[in-house]
Amino acid sequence: MREKDKLKTLLVKKPLKLDCGQTISDFPLAYETYGKLNDKKDNAILVFHALTGDQFASGTNPITKKDGWWNYALGPGKAIDTDKYFVIAANVIGGCMGSFGPSDINPKTKKHYGTNFPVITINDMVNAQYNLLEYFKIEKLFCVIGGSMGGMQVLQFVSNFPNKAHTAIPIACTASHSAQNIALNELGRQSIMADRNWQDGFYEEQNKQPDKGLAVARMAAHITYLSKAGLQEKFGRKLQERDDLKFSFDADFQIESYLRYQGSVFVDRFDANSYLYITRAMDYFDLTKKFGGNLSKAFEKSNTKFFIISFTSDWLYPTSENREIVIALNAIGKDVGFVEITSDKGHDSFLLDVPDFLNTVRNFLNKSYEKI
Amino acid sequence: MKKEFYNIANLVTKNAKILDVGCGNGELMKYITENISKDIRGIELSKSNVQKCVEKGLTVIEGDAEKDLRQFPDNSFDFVILSQTLQAFLDPENVLNELLRVGKKAIVSIPNFGHWKVRLHLLLKGTMPVTENLPNEWYNTPNLHMCTIKDFENYCKQRNIKINLKNLKFQNLFSELGIFILEK
Repeated sequence: MREKDKLKTLLVKKPLKLDCGQTISDFPLAYETYGKLNDKKDNAILVFHALTGDQFASGTNPITKKDGWWNYALGPGKAIDTDKYFVIAANVIGGCMGSFGPSDINPKTKKHYGTNFPVITINDMVNAQYNLLEYFKIEKLFCVIGGSMGGMQVLQFVSNFPNKAHTAIPIACTASHSAQNIALNELGRQSIMADRNWQDGFYEEQNKQPDKGLAVARMAAHITYLSKAGLQEKFGRKLQERDDLKFSFDADFQIESYLRYQGSVFVDRFDANSYLYITRAMDYFDLTKKFGGNLSKAFEKSNTKFFIISFTSDWLYPTSENREIVIALNAIGKDVGFVEITSDKGHDSFLLDVPDFLNTVRNFLNKSYEKI
Repeated sequence: MKKEFYNIANLVTKNAKILDVGCGNGELMKYITENISKDIRGIELSKSNVQKCVEKGLTVIEGDAEKDLRQFPDNSFDFVILSQTLQAFLDPENVLNELLRVGKKAIVSIPNFGHWKVRLHLLLKGTMPVTENLPNEWYNTPNLHMCTIKDFENYCKQRNIKINLKNLKFQNLFSELGIFILEK
């Protein structure tokens, strides 16, 4: 039995019509839960992951053996306290941690889907995960929360299901993917597709892996998750295990070595086609599109209490874009709070040990839970 | 809680929709939430104060009243509160217009530069007055546009802003603080 076959999986039987026009059914949705659902079923939090996350938000990921991606924020006694709340996290469709994705075998052809996998959207991801509410018989979630692409899912969830969450915490995200972010994602995709092992997306059939391309994509993306000040402080011009420059293209600088390492460990845990599909979903995300450019209309029917968080040094999803969401909600008199956290850790701040951020989430959740 | 806040709280009506502009650490909002109306939110510029509001479970938006009132539709609140910060804005006239656009009524308080202690201080000492409500020196005060209760009344009259005032002469001399309800 493969490790991945042991993952908790909900087989979604109900057909799901995707934005691309295709309909999928009987597809797997891998998920994990933390804490206990109480008798009133009013303490459930649905956590949405970002581009390279998965359902293992806390504890140890059994596949990678690494810490869960949100270990700083989520767990017993932490900001999202699993002694108190029941947390559900699922792997998005298109992903590579057990949910329906391009590395799955197409039952018709008995081959990997590869690039025959349908293009999916944030809307599709959210609609797929909605099945978890029905599975756990949860009438209304206490909270939907997520950062980056997870935040986009939060926004989409509230728009699609206006009365299914008491509170929503979109973190470091946007309602409409910017040209700069599309450009950066395209850089990553082109890097993967330029790797001759990619084979038009059918690399698995040939027992090849476009590791080089995927590693470069990760290296480029990793830079965008940090900040100039953060990089300067951590690495500066420090040399990697040498006293002087070597006049070669070795990793002379610590930052080079660091990025190479980040790239190399990433390819062990992530599928190149999933990277293409998920970045595409982010690029296609524009919550205003369906509403004639008016973001407020996306939330008109909602009675969810919003709390939006951004970070000072995040240049990927800057405060101004997060504030757009606040403005859209205020324009229609919705209950919305907004905080910009000071941090030099860039976009990644939401994943790291940033006490002001963690305290804010903890306080908002606990105070809001008292009132439901 | 300071006396000013009780006075302001007494002016808002039960279950009214309220915006507290420059809500500080949320002390007034908390009192109003618990006693008068739960439908209250605040705008605050200071990050540490914003954190304190979140700790109290209050709805707060980090932002600058000078720019961020724009996002609220006309008449979207029954009351908009501005406590002792009008004089600190770069463009108080714009802020006042925005308060009156966003709120059906605006409750505004100002430190009164016409108070007898202030007058006497300048008259006798010849230096800029430093009092309980005006604790800073001239070189570090955030107050850019000090006025007296009388100035403020004249301003409102000129612009046809309805203002409730009684015994103006008496107040201008003996009140350290002016608290007004304004209406368009």
